[in-house]
Amino acid sequence: MEKNYNVCTGCGMLCDDIEVESEKNIVNKVYTACRVGVAHMKEGRESAVFRVDDKPVDEATAISEAVAILKNAKNPLIFGLGTSTNETQKLAIELARKTSATLDDTSSFCLGRVVEALLQNRFKACTLDDVRNKADVTIFWGADPSDSHPRHLSKYSYFPRGTEKQRGWEEDRTAIAIDVRKSHTAKICGNNFFQVPPGGDAEFIDALIAGLSGKLPKTSYNFPPKRILELANILKGAKFGVVFVGLGLVYSLENLEPLFRLMDALNEKANFHLIPMVGHYNMRGFNENLFEETGYVNSVKFEDGAVKHGPEYSIVEALKAKTVDAALIIGSDPLSSLPRSIAKNLLEIPVISMDPCETLTSRSSKVYINTAISGVESGGSATRMDGVKVEFKPVVETKRLSDEAVLKKIMEAL
Amino acid sequence: MTNAMELYQMLPKTNCKKCGKTSCMAFAVALMAHELTADDCPPLKEEPKYKENYGKISDLFKASEGATSTGLIVHEELCFGCGNCVVACPPNVANDPYGVGSGNAPRDAKKLILIIEDGVVKAQNVEECRRFGKNKILCNGCIVTCPVEAIEFV
Ligand code: SF4
Ligand code: SF4
Ligand code: SF4
Ligand code: SF4
Repeated sequence: MEKNYNVCTGCGMLCDDIEVESEKNIVNKVYTACRVGVAHMKEGRESAVFRVDDKPVDEATAISEAVAILKNAKNPLIFGLGTSTNETQKLAIELARKTSATLDDTSSFCLGRVVEALLQNRFKACTLDDVRNKADVTIFWGADPSDSHPRHLSKYSYFPRGTEKQRGWEEDRTAIAIDVRKSHTAKICGNNFFQVPPGGDAEFIDALIAGLSGKLPKTSYNFPPKRILELANILKGAKFGVVFVGLGLVYSLENLEPLFRLMDALNEKANFHLIPMVGHYNMRGFNENLFEETGYVNSVKFEDGAVKHGPEYSIVEALKAKTVDAALIIGSDPLSSLPRSIAKNLLEIPVISMDPCETLTSRSSKVYINTAISGVESGGSATRMDGVKVEFKPVVETKRLSDEAVLKKIMEAL
Repeated sequence: MTNAMELYQMLPKTNCKKCGKTSCMAFAVALMAHELTADDCPPLKEEPKYKENYGKISDLFKASEGATSTGLIVHEELCFGCGNCVVACPPNVANDPYGVGSGNAPRDAKKLILIIEDGVVKAQNVEECRRFGKNKILCNGCIVTCPVEAIEFV
């Protein structure tokens, strides 16, 4: 019997093998998903909420208020979309074009640079399925998938049998963690955990590159050279290696040059691929969709049909310089995630918030539209952390509008 | 959680053999193996001076009443359903190589020892566990792969 599987949109893994038992649109039991995924799937509620100036309103009022804000704005900011489908993201790009908006997502302050380099073919890419089937050496660098993507190791990167990895993890695979602290993932990696001091990654990379070519690896923090040489030896022997790049590494590097150097050096001696540890289920989709349209992955400004790009169009810089005069925030909570000094400027402009959950941002918004949970109550397609497209149907039905439906209504009214 | 020596320290240490074992130490070993319970030592159960220890030993094993006959306990509050143990458990792999053995959902959950239900691991068919039965071996597949020590054998 073919089983009817659902996709979990709880994180960038987009696990596609989830069984769900539901009744009257309430999720009762979830099989195979991790705790994060189960919580995500059981989040749904019934009633829709529309609010303007803290007062409940009907759908039409909320939409027309949102439209008025966008119409009056000279340079609205459209931000978020990491937990929206590809279809919604494409609509948002169109809306940004139409309203001459500044468009950005969380990737501008996390993994955007890495995804951009991947899309420009600066790294050798592979899929998670390749990892399962072939990878013999995996490095988790500045990433703790055991916490952020709970099924990462069990579904792809360490424990499963794959077509060319039939003997099991103890014999067939080596997992390595490089991090500033002994994370849960590092614990699993046992002796193959390399603890670097905060900000010490670039130096560690250069020491490792030295080690790869048989030179003495030196760091200012005196990391035991013997251990770096041991690591270099493991890496040199890799037939199919993968580096999973996490936020920890990206935050610690001023630019990606060290990472380019490392991947080049690794590929001189062995065969190494790179996958970014994307958190939100469709942040990579946003990057790819915008890249296709504009050649940039984030931080763009549309103006008279043209596109401008630069750090000044990232949410952080745009708010800092107060260049935006309204904001449409979709499925994101910048008031909580950005530094207070920057986020407070959001409070000075009219904000429209579309989110399935109440957040600090939604509570301080002029217009709040409570949308369906993307991937649970509404379907579509998304792009997994490794670039693979995944389609999904809603798990349950809801009366609440999907963000895609809301954007369509806003576009029509404009 | 505990070992035979710690249990022995709490016994009467008189080697009276009323429990049917040759010594208190042998009784402690039988306790560990879940063959006997605190109730099987008459002095411990009946004599007031052992009352406290009787309670302690009973409590120790009460904690494991939720445990299966192999002594496997899941600390549900710790487990976050990563599935590492499910995919690493050798009988799971043998019984479902293309399902859980390959990191996917079970093809037939009924045949497995460990599955994930509502984000938490669930143990079933424990007689299949390699720690069980005559040919038991000290398998630790599900212990060493767990990031949070949510599986324990008592
Ligand atoms: S790992 Fe991510 S996608 Fe997979 S079940 Fe957990 S939350 Fe969902
Ligand atoms: S009955 Fe109790 S006191 Fe007597 S030998 Fe057994 S354990 Fe020891
Ligand atoms: S001890 Fe071994 S056989 Fe038993 S449940 Fe754990 S991994 Fe499976
Ligand atoms: S490995 Fe540990 S945390 Fe993961 S599912 Fe098994 S018991 Fe739970």
